[in-house]
Amino acid sequence: MTEVVATNQTIVVVGGGISGMTAALEAAECGKQVILIEKNPSLGGRVSQLYKYFPKLCFPTCGLEINLRRIKANPNISLLTLAEVTAVSGQAGDYSLTVKIAPRYINSNCTACGACADAVESTFPNEFNYNLNQRKGAYLPFNMAYPQRFVIDPRMIGTADADKAKAACKFEAIDLDMQPEELKLKAGAIIWATGWQPYDANKIQPYGYDRFANVITSVELERMMDPQGPTGGKLVRPSDGKEAKDIAFIQCAGSRDRNYLKHCSRICCMASLKQSTYPREKFGAEGKSTIYYIDIRAIDRFEDFYQKVQADTTVNFIKSKVASITLDKATQNPILNGNDLEKSGTGKDMRYSNAHDLVVLAVGMQPSVDFKAMNLGLSVNDEGFIELDPANGGQFAAGCASDALDVNRAVQNATASALRAIQVINQVANAEG
Amino acid sequence: MSSVNTAMVEKYRNNFLKEVSDNVEEGEWVRMCMQCGVCSGSCPLGPHWEHPPQELFMMIRANKREEVLSSTSMWMCTSCYNCMVRCPRELPITHIMHGLAHYAKRLGLAPKEQPTNKFSQMFWNNLVQTGRVNELKLGLALYFMNGFSEGIKMSMKMRPIGQGMFFTGRMAPMEILGGHGVKDQKGFHAMLKKAEELEAARVGAHV
Repeated sequence: MTEVVATNQTIVVVGGGISGMTAALEAAECGKQVILIEKNPSLGGRVSQLYKYFPKLCFPTCGLEINLRRIKANPNISLLTLAEVTAVSGQAGDYSLTVKIAPRYINSNCTACGACADAVESTFPNEFNYNLNQRKGAYLPFNMAYPQRFVIDPRMIGTADADKAKAACKFEAIDLDMQPEELKLKAGAIIWATGWQPYDANKIQPYGYDRFANVITSVELERMMDPQGPTGGKLVRPSDGKEAKDIAFIQCAGSRDRNYLKHCSRICCMASLKQSTYPREKFGAEGKSTIYYIDIRAIDRFEDFYQKVQADTTVNFIKSKVASITLDKATQNPILNGNDLEKSGTGKDMRYSNAHDLVVLAVGMQPSVDFKAMNLGLSVNDEGFIELDPANGGQFAAGCASDALDVNRAVQNATASALRAIQVINQVANAEG
Repeated sequence: MSSVNTAMVEKYRNNFLKEVSDNVEEGEWVRMCMQCGVCSGSCPLGPHWEHPPQELFMMIRANKREEVLSSTSMWMCTSCYNCMVRCPRELPITHIMHGLAHYAKRLGLAPKEQPTNKFSQMFWNNLVQTGRVNELKLGLALYFMNGFSEGIKMSMKMRPIGQGMFFTGRMAPMEILGGHGVKDQKGFHAMLKKAEELEAARVGAHV
């Protein structure tokens, strides 16, 4: 049984991505008791799936490691993985949460030796790599996973493979009879750091993500660039494994569009500017990027980065929302069709049909949790993000649960939410004397 | 130039956007355009437009009144609705194109030689005579639209089809003498006149 101590002076942080880790750490390092709840088997969230950050083009592993070390070192944080909040009741200073914990089938004896993974044969789509490759049924989500403990896919339970895994383990870490648990927690304040998910590109019919292998999303490109990723860090086309030297980026794929997401997702311009450096990184001057945009929103200090990319001769900018993508069947090259608005002349002069090796859709950000459906008594806006509203009581949003934010702003936002939660806890503590 | 046109110029001076907003069907949507160009890129006839839709919208904002209203561009619209389906701001672009063409026509600024405009006028003139379309006359007028010798050539080319239609009873040659019409032609014309008056009053109300 999972044991956690929770009182009405506890802060529950829901979501173990960069925002949740930040909020949990800020509160815990102020001496508050924090329970950090993560739905996946590991902390890290979307940031752990990135290849590089903008604008410094450094690797997220570095910042992630600092945060993980702080978490390991802090006795005020209790971590629950594979856990999901299913119900919340009460008010500021006195919440009750119901948390469902899915079985990991592996206990704390695990040394992450990997013998179980070697023993099993069954594979499943690798969600960490956006299903671009397969992983074993007994697996470590990714190299930096924390807790550093393997997981057994529940779909493997009851098969001979599960028994093979158990037999292979020298540390008696595998318990195939582990059952789902339901916990009741008390909390004084709740921080929702549930993050975001990429908009479903299949819904953008004219771009053919569902039909053309060489149309991928920006998050998938991040995984492809990772040396630990599905292609081993090679920038190649899904259709034939050919090097993708000429990449097109389509901005606002699903954002700023009343047919899809109404809001501007804010990060995609900078993400594509960042990703336009990838072909150059891999292929030097032979790597070409073309960015199709409505307008580039490199907000405030990111203008410098935009100018740097503009000065790069391998990057081409075309002011146009791409109308449709068709396929050149012989070469499997996607062909982008539309009108270049900066070309002068008549309609004929503006029209383009440009073939590229690979097309990357800069997909929008949407909240990963449907807060309205969860009926938490929160003020939720049309886009599904949690609004800052005194009526939310002791519940606060951190990071992308509150808006479409980049990592930097998500962390600032998470720190702010930790401060708000701490104020609630301090009021409870003062009242109780 | 019609008197309505002069009145409109007088009234709106340098605010063509407002003029479009007030007088063109769905014209109030023009200000919502964010210049992404997906309409122009989606248009099957796009390469034939002098000014694609998003450019027309920008020209409206830039006060290019004469250029917009005398343009052949919006007359190219075939109502396929591709632009409307894809517009990220849900502008009723197809309707605005027809609205602009209609408005230009009403002001007497529409390009007279533009084929769609020309044929529409021909169709209307044919229809209002008896209240029924006289297909024979309309067809012949269409053949001779671009001059006498062109018309003879076209007629010769279409002869086998005409003969086929005649022998199967799909074409009545006697229609050339006047043709059939609605029962109450007097009432029909009175009705058109009334409609014209109402339209004029509606436009007048804006001037």
